[in-house]
Amino acid sequence: MAEKTLPAFQGTPEQQQKLQEVIEQNKQLPGALLPVLHEAQEIYGYLPIEVQQMVADGLGVSLSEVYGVATFYSRFSLTPKGKHRISVCLGTACYVKGADKILAEVEKKLGIKSGECTADGLFSIDSCRCVGACGLAPVMMIDEDVYGKLTPAEVDKIIDKYLAEEGGSN
Amino acid sequence: MTLEELNKIKNDYEELVLVRKVVKEQGEKLAEKTGYRKQVLVCGGTGCTSSGSKKVLAALENSLKENGIEDEILVVRTGCFGLCSLGPIMIVYPEGAFYSQATPEGVERIVKEHLVEGKVVTDLLYQETVHTDGSILSLSETSFYKKQLRIALRNCGVIDPENIKEYIAMEGYQALAKALTTMTPDEVIQEVLDSGLRGRGGGGFPTGRKWSFARASQGDVKYVCCNADEGDPGAFMDRSILEGDPQCIIEAMIIAGYAIGAHHGFVYVRAEYPIAVERLRIAIEQAKEYGFLGKNIFGSGFDFDMEIRLGAGAFVCGEETALMTSIEGNRGEPHPRPPFPAVKGLFGKPTVLNNVETYANIAQIILRGSEWYSSIGTEKSRGTKVFALGGKINNVGLVEIPMGTTLREIVEEIGGGIPNGKKFKAAQTGGPSGGCIPAEHIDTPIDYDSLLAIGSMMGSGGMIIIDEDTCMVDIAKFYLEFTVDESCGKCTPCRVGTQRLLQYLDKITKGNGEPEDLEKIEELAQHMQKSSLCALGQTAPNPILSTMKFFKDEYIAHIEDKKCPAGVCKSLIRYEIIPDKCKGCTLCARKCPVGAISGTVKEPHVIDSKKCIKCGVCMQNCRFGAIHTV
Repeated sequence: MAEKTLPAFQGTPEQQQKLQEVIEQNKQLPGALLPVLHEAQEIYGYLPIEVQQMVADGLGVSLSEVYGVATFYSRFSLTPKGKHRISVCLGTACYVKGADKILAEVEKKLGIKSGECTADGLFSIDSCRCVGACGLAPVMMIDEDVYGKLTPAEVDKIIDKYLAEEGGSN
Repeated sequence: MTLEELNKIKNDYEELVLVRKVVKEQGEKLAEKTGYRKQVLVCGGTGCTSSGSKKVLAALENSLKENGIEDEILVVRTGCFGLCSLGPIMIVYPEGAFYSQATPEGVERIVKEHLVEGKVVTDLLYQETVHTDGSILSLSETSFYKKQLRIALRNCGVIDPENIKEYIAMEGYQALAKALTTMTPDEVIQEVLDSGLRGRGGGGFPTGRKWSFARASQGDVKYVCCNADEGDPGAFMDRSILEGDPQCIIEAMIIAGYAIGAHHGFVYVRAEYPIAVERLRIAIEQAKEYGFLGKNIFGSGFDFDMEIRLGAGAFVCGEETALMTSIEGNRGEPHPRPPFPAVKGLFGKPTVLNNVETYANIAQIILRGSEWYSSIGTEKSRGTKVFALGGKINNVGLVEIPMGTTLREIVEEIGGGIPNGKKFKAAQTGGPSGGCIPAEHIDTPIDYDSLLAIGSMMGSGGMIIIDEDTCMVDIAKFYLEFTVDESCGKCTPCRVGTQRLLQYLDKITKGNGEPEDLEKIEELAQHMQKSSLCALGQTAPNPILSTMKFFKDEYIAHIEDKKCPAGVCKSLIRYEIIPDKCKGCTLCARKCPVGAISGTVKEPHVIDSKKCIKCGVCMQNCRFGAIHTV
């Protein structure tokens, strides 16, 4: 599915340097793989196979073990995410307040499905299970900002705001 | 750190914090002594941060400076107050004036009129705290707080979670000092055992027994773990405790370490909780600085240290064996018990693992005694329970009630009832592992055994209120979709069973259900309960079984009449325009994405059900309530 459209890995020497430092710092820590993968994703934004290989070499474990862990946890992503990450909460509190309609609206607006990234790399959509802002249900997050008590019409306006900003800066 | 030093900090800071706890008149006297005329508490929990409390805080600090009163007013950023739907929340002491849904503009008025001129801005207060004569009620007198008893949440919304001195002022680390200097490990365990405290993560296993097993295990290296991988969607109790009172978890884990003979602790917390992680990090640093973590704590010769490990979004890691496998750096898959963690846990060593809320009770139990604690609650469920109240309820938020409080009290009094005059249909507790409590059982007391007896469970504390607009088959399907996603795949009954259950539900909600499907579901559910490896699979059928038990008529309506009584399941509903109500405004026809609506201006319109994709846009946009589902 995603493999066909996966962009080529474009890591910089600076990123690699940082990752090596993280590996060195954590090497002796029991159970180091998870903390290192968290940091690696922080550095690269996602965990392509090239990064997994570096982690495997650095920690002295097999690539298959790294891959096994990276694919087990939903927080780790093997594909790049958009510049703006939209995350629609599908937790119970949001669901009973119509979160499915919010997700459908976001998907319709951007023309991609949950788990995908727009062709221009600007937006990616994911669903998540509860950001803990149940008092504001239904909720979505764009990057670090939480938008609550949403209606499909508002979703439209919010995304338009981001589109306008992006259009302006280009 | 010695006991004398601890008591000195407590005495120095006690008055400052007590201003926020005592009644108004006493508070005013106390406030005079503290050097601050007034204190403004702003909620910095996740709920209020999402509603914009950072902007409110910035506006407040700015406005205080502009008015030149920044030295007279103490601003405190606290954890969660509980009333998340009213955020951002701001309270001014000593009056206890409760401002809800604060905005930067409102803050400027509050600073000018209230803090400078001394007149409470009544129109910006949470209206339930305003008497008809204009006087204000304190928070503890409102119906939301009146029936609550805050033990685990005692410091949430009271202290600054990033300032250890405020924790110490509220008796913080007194329990640790008492345990380390005056009690033997066995006495600590006996106290916890006698308190009757049971695991708050959902299992309900007696905490004291868990500790005594781990103490009895041989080994020079043992571990204490805290499960803060709160995965149940709709639950945020543990997050709020970590955000509002992180020190109480650290103190309890050190006590647990002393009791079982462990010197190292791990807190496994969701990476999705950045505020909680950050505050916990700060709290651990401060605890080290003050000598509560490290070597020779309180001169007792006991050493303890701890670290944070981040989860990475796997629900199954809330299961104890999976959680420990994850800390070890592996795929977080569970393994069979025995051996139990108390014998062979983290890194193969004896381990005690408790949930955040369980730990939040420990210091108070040690300090005030098991007799006090066990006097609260019911015979088999002592103490209190925190619930994250959500869904179709007016007061969405965090509540802590004595065990034995009825569901009716929670929904009607604390929760303030159902919005829009709708009818209460059920409460869902225990999330994807739990079940529902229907309206006919609304007087059920909330405790471990009463909930089990009616086929639900306490769970970790998510409580979602469901009204008549929710389809029970659909909600069961929602939970099954969740467990299918989150099943780790290690054992077949869970991996395949959850998918098969979801297929049945999918079939039923699409109108293709057959009467024998219900029997097949029950049979499969029994197999899963008996043969799944861990609690995830064993309890995955619960949402279906409990909805089938209490709402069988809805299942039958879907299967036999091909109807969804709540009007939710798309395949079974049709959108229709009521001719008498339609004014012919044409709005729906213009909004319909597939052109399924036709009609002339000022004449009733009609929907072509062959073209209709049931997106509901027409109904959302109709201003006359002329569109309904049948």
